[in-house]
Amino acid sequence: MAARAIWKGVIKAGTLEVPVKLYSAVTDRTVHFRLLHKTDKAPVKQQLVSSETGEAVDYKEVRKAYPLSRGRMVILEDEELEKLQPEDSRDIEITRFVDPSEIDPRFYDRSYYLGPDGDAKAYFAAAEALARKGKEGIAKWVMRDREYAGALKEEDGYLMLIVLRHAGEIIDADALKPPGGRALQKREIEMAEQLLTALHGEFDPSEYRDEYHERVMELVETKAKGRKPKVTKFRPRAAAKDDQLDDVLAASLAKVKKSA
Amino acid sequence: MAEEQEDLESSAPSGIRSFWTGTISFGLVTVPVALYAATRSRGTAMRMVAPDGSPVERRYVCSKDEKTLDGDDIARGYEIDKGKFVVVTDDELEAIEPRKSREIDLSRFVDADSIDPVYFDRGYFLVPSSGTNKAYRLLAEVMEKKKYAGIATFVMRAKEYLVAILSENGILRAETLRFDDEIRTPADVGLPKKTKVSAAEVKKVEAQITRRTKKLALGELADDYAERLEKLVAAKERKREDIVRVSEEESPGEGAEVVDLLAVLSRSLGGGGVRKPARRSAASEAKKRAKRK
Repeated sequence: MAARAIWKGVIKAGTLEVPVKLYSAVTDRTVHFRLLHKTDKAPVKQQLVSSETGEAVDYKEVRKAYPLSRGRMVILEDEELEKLQPEDSRDIEITRFVDPSEIDPRFYDRSYYLGPDGDAKAYFAAAEALARKGKEGIAKWVMRDREYAGALKEEDGYLMLIVLRHAGEIIDADALKPPGGRALQKREIEMAEQLLTALHGEFDPSEYRDEYHERVMELVETKAKGRKPKVTKFRPRAAAKDDQLDDVLAASLAKVKKSA
Repeated sequence: MAEEQEDLESSAPSGIRSFWTGTISFGLVTVPVALYAATRSRGTAMRMVAPDGSPVERRYVCSKDEKTLDGDDIARGYEIDKGKFVVVTDDELEAIEPRKSREIDLSRFVDADSIDPVYFDRGYFLVPSSGTNKAYRLLAEVMEKKKYAGIATFVMRAKEYLVAILSENGILRAETLRFDDEIRTPADVGLPKKTKVSAAEVKKVEAQITRRTKKLALGELADDYAERLEKLVAAKERKREDIVRVSEEESPGEGAEVVDLLAVLSRSLGGGGVRKPARRSAASEAKKRAKRK
């Protein structure tokens, strides 16, 4: 079944113009639970109340405020916020092309396939050129009143647009100091390297399946029939003490070699 | 409504809380860790207030008897028929995959750059959660040196995740990945068959790419909306317009949460160990949030 396009736009890079349609490239499979009142199993609803008076506040009457320092907030009116909205546009503006390795994977968010919207030749020429050059375009566009940045890339001969998180959404690891301690011993590093090398292989995503989802549904069925599910616990092995790490690594290596 | 409640469960109020505690293992080596979000969603700074300017908080109310509910009064339910729910406890959800709920078993290491970006979902920092951090440092050092990522699946908050463990600057990170069958193929989407294009047409685009290739500047990824919002806020603050007073706790100031998170992370990475958060039920999380507000 063909998917429905969620948006239409035009990729623009200099004189280049490629009209495209957007399709979600991912499906969401989260099991949705509802919060219930334990005693009568009725769904829980949320209410907004004033923290001062405790009285209920209608959703429509809620105003927005931005926290300042020292216990102050500034109220922002809807009209003021509306003025901040980006202007509507169909342009997907490519501001530059970059080497994919420059984009930290933490920036990648949701992916969309792009399909041609009319001019199929311009579309497939763009996909092929990106593949041949091994580059990705940095894209900027406005969709449903929101500004997005993204990476335009080729995937299986088609165009794909991956939303990139804003710089401020990523917590900078450089601000963190790595854990310190007594220097690692050469022997430990060597053994760990051997162990990781022995466990090294190709990344094959098709090897991994979400089995848990189905089992949650089985649990729900079991309970729906009034049966009691079995509850088992797992206790992880205790971490080795620092002076035992050497032995644990040696034992790990012996085990890996045996099963190889 | 269901969506909204799910949101409420998964959105961390401040991001300072650890999402998961357990162990990473490679071979027979185990590394006790806690997971903290490495991303924060935008627009979290804005608060809701009542017409009189007083901060608004959420309250949980039973849809049947209209009673205000405490965290302990709340359970998780799955709707099997309209209005008919099966109650599921956290212990039962953990018992489905007890091992995967507590352990990230890295049985496979791959080249970190071989993972297609389309798989990446969300990032977390891993911090050592026990006094000893030698195994953590060893794994971080060797993975970084070899440019490896460790792959596993594990269960967090009633959901199974495919995860890549990466190492950078001596710090381990977990990037949750999408499962293969969560990613559609061009055929699933119904994209048209490829059209042959002439070499000349491709060359024309290639020329555009060459001309416009530059180094990535992080400024390209700035949040323009947030910047405009901050300008508006600053202008109103200068003019002392529409300022309301709230408790210090309610408005600790811009960026306080981020600073706190960095402080928590730095402290735990410093080797002192992180305070192990109790495994909270959905209900006690809701309660905690209710109290916080």
